[in-house]
Amino acid sequence: MTALRATTAHSIVEATPRAKAVAGTLVILYAVISILPLLWIAATAFKSQSDAIAYPPKMIFQPTLEGYVNLFTVRTRQTPDFIAKLPPATTWYDRLVRQHDMVIAGPSKVVPRFINSLIIGFGSTFLAVFLGTLAAYAFSRFKIPLADDLLFFILSTRMMPPVAVAIPIYLMYRQLNLTDTKLGMILLYTAVNVSLAVWLLKGFIDEIPREYEEAALVDGYTRLQALRKVVLPQAVTGIAATAIFCLIFSWNEYAFAVLLTSGEAQTMPPFIPFIIGEGGQDWPAVAAATTLFVVPIVLFTILLRKHLLRGITFGAVRK
Amino acid sequence: MSDRSIAWLFVAPTIALLLAINIFPLIWMIRLSFTSLNLSMSYLPLRFVGLDNFRDILTDEDVWARLQTTARFVICSVMLQVIVGFGLALLINRRFRGHSFWTTIILLPMMLSPAVVGNFWTLLFQPQIGPFNYLISIFTGVPPSSFSMTGEVGLAPWTIVLVDTWMWAPYVMLICLAGLRSIPDYIYEAAEVDRASPWRQFWSITLPMTVPFLMLAVLFRAIEDFKMFDMVNLLTSGGPGSTTELVSITLKRAAFEKWRTGYSSALAIILFVTVFGAANIYVKALNRVKQR
Repeated sequence: MTALRATTAHSIVEATPRAKAVAGTLVILYAVISILPLLWIAATAFKSQSDAIAYPPKMIFQPTLEGYVNLFTVRTRQTPDFIAKLPPATTWYDRLVRQHDMVIAGPSKVVPRFINSLIIGFGSTFLAVFLGTLAAYAFSRFKIPLADDLLFFILSTRMMPPVAVAIPIYLMYRQLNLTDTKLGMILLYTAVNVSLAVWLLKGFIDEIPREYEEAALVDGYTRLQALRKVVLPQAVTGIAATAIFCLIFSWNEYAFAVLLTSGEAQTMPPFIPFIIGEGGQDWPAVAAATTLFVVPIVLFTILLRKHLLRGITFGAVRK
Repeated sequence: MSDRSIAWLFVAPTIALLLAINIFPLIWMIRLSFTSLNLSMSYLPLRFVGLDNFRDILTDEDVWARLQTTARFVICSVMLQVIVGFGLALLINRRFRGHSFWTTIILLPMMLSPAVVGNFWTLLFQPQIGPFNYLISIFTGVPPSSFSMTGEVGLAPWTIVLVDTWMWAPYVMLICLAGLRSIPDYIYEAAEVDRASPWRQFWSITLPMTVPFLMLAVLFRAIEDFKMFDMVNLLTSGGPGSTTELVSITLKRAAFEKWRTGYSSALAIILFVTVFGAANIYVKALNRVKQR
């Protein structure tokens, strides 16, 4: 035991304790500074309107749920007399709004937009992973003529600036009545995601030994049965990681969404910047929307930690 | 079913989708680039104007200015990201206690939606109420409302570089870290036996063996930054004036505000050819480095 510890302590590649301490301090300093903007936004979501635009910027403030209430509702300004004549407020959010001489007129559009993000995100992810798994399996296991060229073609579709892609898509969707529809956005995001899915999944499937399937085929399985019962269960982690990457892309996408949707199929990213209060952006509500929008991404990042490198380099770098 | 037919059956849907959503529109766009189509005047008959759009673009000084703005943005951002990212990777590779937790924290910005990032940085950069100017004023004594990061000609180009670096330096870091970890320990042990100085070890072992990874990161980042639209559109929307108007924003204005579809199709094709050509040259260089 002591001998083992001695060898590691004197190992040449292991940094000295002092070098480690210096590195640790610098990295933690960077991490804290780089996370500050996010913490600031999360805090702003709990500020009142006046605290959010106070000078100097307030670090200590009375937390309130106003931002979240404003995010989910549409309000109208009324005279104090009018409010006094109303029946007493029944809910905490009614009371909160009335303190500012406002009355809740109805729900805001944030819930439909959030649902759009979910439908378009999950729809395009499911399709891209489904198509991607089939194509990746074929590229991995069969001899396909011009396979390298096809794979490069699949990747090159990602090199176009999204605004450039949107020009002909806009015209095409107008003809097909797909402008501002969820189906249109799902198809578009599927096309963008499928290139990532094929490249990532091919890497994952390449790593599963062929011998398993070959044994299954000898045992009388058909190809499809072998794929379903032998390969897919082995590829489950890879498929899940790929799915999360596709979901994050669709969730975060802005350029196509802002150019091709206006209402019916609008997702969160083009919606958030236009949460307007009286006299400009309603910062606590914008911050509340941003927080709700970002939390799933933070969770996914933690889940994906091991596969992150692969995902961001299209499978070019593996650990 | 034979393996051959299964193979085609499996690949066909993906290829069909890409043909429908990517290739067919691309071909359509090539056709449109030879026309004078303007969607705000779509009652006019479609008129073919040959290479006029391309000539107009390539002789337009404004377009060249936007391309220069974009090039400066790409070069500055990628360089800063390489410096910060590689530096962080070297530090994290010393494997101090808790390094994997802090690495995850550092990675968060790059997972966010660029549009949402651009939007919330406008709050942070507000001259009066934003915390950024306030922090600067604490450290330098400059009054916080005396400068505007997004509103000043001299500062705005650096602001978009700063936010892009905040977001993407972790990306370079993650790839470099993989490169550093791919270097086998015995090489350093051999260098130590030969009494190579740490400085010498860095230049002769660490750097050359990380270069292929670094170049890959540069390739991906350069392409993405060249395509940059969302973050900058929300942070400065090209302003003030046109100091941060990247070429994607020019394209968006031509196509979706002025509705000059023929002209913007030509511009889109020029951009695509540029990215594609540059990426191909770069990949060849990358392969040469890898073979060494």
